[in-house]
Amino acid sequence: MDSNNIPRTVPIQSATFSNPINAEIRRAAASGIYDIRGGGAKRRVPHFDDLLFLGASVSRYPLEGYREKCETKVTLGTRFAKKPIELDIPITIAGMSFGALSGPAKEALGRGASAAGTSTTTGDGGMTPEERGHSSKLVYQYLPSRYGMNPDDLRKADAIEVVVGQGAKPGGGGMLLGQKISDRVAQMRCLPKGIDQRSACRHPDWTGPDDLEIKILELREITDWQVPIYVKVGGTRPYYDTALAVKAGADVVVLDGMQGGTAATQDVFIEHVGLPTLACIRPAVQALQDLGMHREVQLVVSGGIRTGADVAKALALGADAVAIGTAALIALGDNDPKWESEYQKLGTTTGAYDDWHEGKDPAGITTQDAELMKRLDPIDAGRRLRNYLKVMTLEAQTIARACGHNHLHNLEPEDLCALTMEAAAMARVPLAGTDWYPGKAGF
Amino acid sequence: MQTYDLEANGLRGLNAALQELNGSSDKTAWEIVNPKGSHAIAVGLNSPAEVTIKGSTGYYCAGMNQQATVTVKGSVGPGVAENMMSGTVIVEGDASQYAGATGQGGLLVIKGNASSRCGISMKGIDIVVHGNIGHMCAFMGQAGNLVVLGDAGDALGDSCYEARFFVRGSVKSLGADCIEKEMRPEHIEVLKDLLARAGADAKPEEFKRYGSARKLYNFDVDNAQAY
Repeated sequence: MDSNNIPRTVPIQSATFSNPINAEIRRAAASGIYDIRGGGAKRRVPHFDDLLFLGASVSRYPLEGYREKCETKVTLGTRFAKKPIELDIPITIAGMSFGALSGPAKEALGRGASAAGTSTTTGDGGMTPEERGHSSKLVYQYLPSRYGMNPDDLRKADAIEVVVGQGAKPGGGGMLLGQKISDRVAQMRCLPKGIDQRSACRHPDWTGPDDLEIKILELREITDWQVPIYVKVGGTRPYYDTALAVKAGADVVVLDGMQGGTAATQDVFIEHVGLPTLACIRPAVQALQDLGMHREVQLVVSGGIRTGADVAKALALGADAVAIGTAALIALGDNDPKWESEYQKLGTTTGAYDDWHEGKDPAGITTQDAELMKRLDPIDAGRRLRNYLKVMTLEAQTIARACGHNHLHNLEPEDLCALTMEAAAMARVPLAGTDWYPGKAGF
Repeated sequence: MQTYDLEANGLRGLNAALQELNGSSDKTAWEIVNPKGSHAIAVGLNSPAEVTIKGSTGYYCAGMNQQATVTVKGSVGPGVAENMMSGTVIVEGDASQYAGATGQGGLLVIKGNASSRCGISMKGIDIVVHGNIGHMCAFMGQAGNLVVLGDAGDALGDSCYEARFFVRGSVKSLGADCIEKEMRPEHIEVLKDLLARAGADAKPEEFKRYGSARKLYNFDVDNAQAY
């Protein structure tokens, strides 16, 4: 046989050493530093898309979409605070720092949230006057770095969120790279301009739940027990973390899954540490129920919430509210196709841009560059965010009515089924068409 | 002089009364008896009150202090004067962990010894310790001065930024990126003032100065072992 006529084996790409993996190996070899990026986990994990609502049938009757009311209000912080936070909708804006985000972006978040009747949240770096001024309800994050932390701002807050961890990097600290440290950011954080600013992974003056209880006491004493105190944890051991937060005296537990975003963290951390949001909710609710505190201590879930369906599913699994971060930035204008040519100049494309730490955001959101910041009109962007929040609320109401509920909080696990075994196990709802889920007693 | 029996009247009443002084009251001198190790005593003060605590306290005594002078006639638990903004806190005895943590201003004087992580993440506070300090003190210290008349434990000033450390005794070890630095005339002046304000009987010339080598300010793979 003519050797030239023998069919050749087709090139086969390795599933293990894929092109993206190989590119990362080459990048690491050339640079000597791990990949840092913004955002949350990009890998596919079991998520709310793997759940379906069953809707009404003979056994349940639905509510009329445009005639019968479906309430959306939620009150957070009813346990100890003299002034709990009352929200029109159960969708809040998650903590994102001034420094990571531009001033106009923070203003837009405040405007949008206020117009929709909900709260927004500060982040690492302190509270800015613009943010306070444009946020009718502002949650003040109390973080390990304590950048910009002062008792005057603490007393201006409508709630305090003690951040123990976040879903993108549970167990990790933060890093704001030097290129985003403007004069103002440096001044607020009491650090030299242009240096990489590290945020510690642990609080400097307490360790463990017993200490946390005393820290919460101090915060309450300083704020006259007026405002709710939240405890935010990254999704790792949601049953125990929730139980310990309750034991420490939290009014609200904020639980952030691995799809939750960050301004800048190692990619290896984002993709390989923590639990999917879907896997966090039922253990946390179980902890609250075991302690007799479900609905007494409110549960806010975040990490990959995008639609009203996601909101409804999180609430059906037992959450009292959700928080959005990445989705809110997209509503403001992040990763908008109109900047595609500029994304390409940065070596990326619309939808994939995540180098938020570099401060070159074409949309003017994750930057401190004065010229780029001008691209974001905080009034227009705030309006877009308000619209988006309203749409999500309408979507969630649509689903709740279809399930026969006159309040979003009446959604329940029995309204759901799962499309996959994994989702069934995590959400503890039956696999579609069955009455079984993995781990259910008696099977 | 107002006398407040903490055991009999409770913490909330005390802090509420002290926080309401707001600079206009003439009842600015307070004596607190029976603290018995309670937590969060005299926190969040925001006026130039004179508060004396007769006995030892628990966590976060004088936390987030502004303007007030708080004197503890005893020892203090963790986090005394944490995140202090201004004013003066004086501890006659010893201090547990995290004394002056993240403090942004004011003067903290500890006449005994201070345990580990004294001055952690300090952001402008001045701390004078008459005795010794434990390990990892001034970790990630950003600004301010830590003065130690005795000895310092392991890893002093680890990963520090622009905070300055003055130690009269020995330093068991310096933390990552912390080095001994030249004591220049301006440092002698700063130290002289702090020692005087803290009632410390020591000469500035007896101290050595330490601070950041500034090699970890921006990531460099060749320093990876230090991270």
